[in-house]
Amino acid sequence: MRPETPRARTLVLDVREWRGHRAGQHVDVRLTAEDGYRAQRSYSIASPPLASTLELTVERLDDGEVSPWLVDEARPGDEFELRGPIGGYFVWEVPRGGPLLLVAGGSGLVPLMAIERLRREAAPDVEATLLVSARGPGDLIYAAELEGSAVVAYTRERPAGWTGYDRRVDRAMLEEVAPPPERRPRCFVCGPTSFVEVVAEALVALGHHRALIKTERFGATGG
Amino acid sequence: MSPITRGFRRREPAGDDSRLPPGQHLVAGFPVLSAGPTPHTPLEDWTFTLDGEIDEARRWSWAELRELPAEPVHCDIHCVTSWSKLDTEWEGVSLDTMLEGIETEAAYVTAWCDGGYTTNLPIEDVTDGRAWLAFGYDGRPLEPEHGGPVRLLVPHLYLWKSAKWVRGITLRPDDEPGFWESLGYHQRGDPWQEQRYWGD
Repeated sequence: MRPETPRARTLVLDVREWRGHRAGQHVDVRLTAEDGYRAQRSYSIASPPLASTLELTVERLDDGEVSPWLVDEARPGDEFELRGPIGGYFVWEVPRGGPLLLVAGGSGLVPLMAIERLRREAAPDVEATLLVSARGPGDLIYAAELEGSAVVAYTRERPAGWTGYDRRVDRAMLEEVAPPPERRPRCFVCGPTSFVEVVAEALVALGHHRALIKTERFGATGG
Repeated sequence: MSPITRGFRRREPAGDDSRLPPGQHLVAGFPVLSAGPTPHTPLEDWTFTLDGEIDEARRWSWAELRELPAEPVHCDIHCVTSWSKLDTEWEGVSLDTMLEGIETEAAYVTAWCDGGYTTNLPIEDVTDGRAWLAFGYDGRPLEPEHGGPVRLLVPHLYLWKSAKWVRGITLRPDDEPGFWESLGYHQRGDPWQEQRYWGD
């Protein structure tokens, strides 16, 4: 267990007979109560394919059922069911190359981090731009790891002396940060629905090819 | 047998969940899931095409579609990501109306969409009052992020079968996996049989 923020933590899982995954995929987690009641939700895999353990980073949804248990209750040695890996579209593999544009809103960073970690380990020559939107420093997961390698935009609270972006991701920001459309970056956008809509539309408006923009929407699934 | 998860309890007291397929939970909102940017086709350019295993392809403009008899659809919807929403209100034209008078040997259909999305269905799942071309939701025009101007609505199957931004249906003799069906998701997707993924 690794705390990431007051509302999110990373669970390091020992999965029997895990057959490996691709960066960007997710798993279904199923919890079973003593009375037999079962609840199932999807969570993105944070660890890259080459890692020896499987890691999920989960953010607590206050009205959720599964995420509060994963973030607040689970402790080393607990067992639950896992199914996956799932999803064959929102994935990146080394042979697909770059450049990469990874745009994350909140905990939408998790699958993009799996992609970024794979790139760093296995294909450091592939150019990547990682743009992360967070409400404030207390909401930024993987903060230490992102230091110096990601562009961060804080939408509500900023650290003292912050000179970076202090607004939501918009078209002007993407134009400044992203590789130009002529370089045909592979774009991965993950976050809440409204965030993904804005970013994907802005990328299209900037001339990025629709077929190169992959999206995954998070939240609002009651997790 | 599933292992008991220490300390995990049902959050809500057990209510009437007889309308909830296995592994699903209720949501109040209407989550959005799609694989790419939301397309925006102007209504004057919008058409719906029926082609494939028929003598002559048929095509409707937006105005022609709206002249067909529309009906209200009251249904529960179920997404493979495990949320369900009860008592949704739609308006649309039954696919039976679109297929009226067509003779075909087709056993399957592929729905195709703006943005390149496709999904495959047995023809029995889209006929006999089980599928609609929906353009209204909750008394208003269907929003683009939910598939407007027109999406397929096949509420008895998982929602990925209810293709957003649908532009046509191809009638086929054989079953050709669509977008998600090629990427590990079930060919039919019946929520009551929990047909989520390959092998279910």
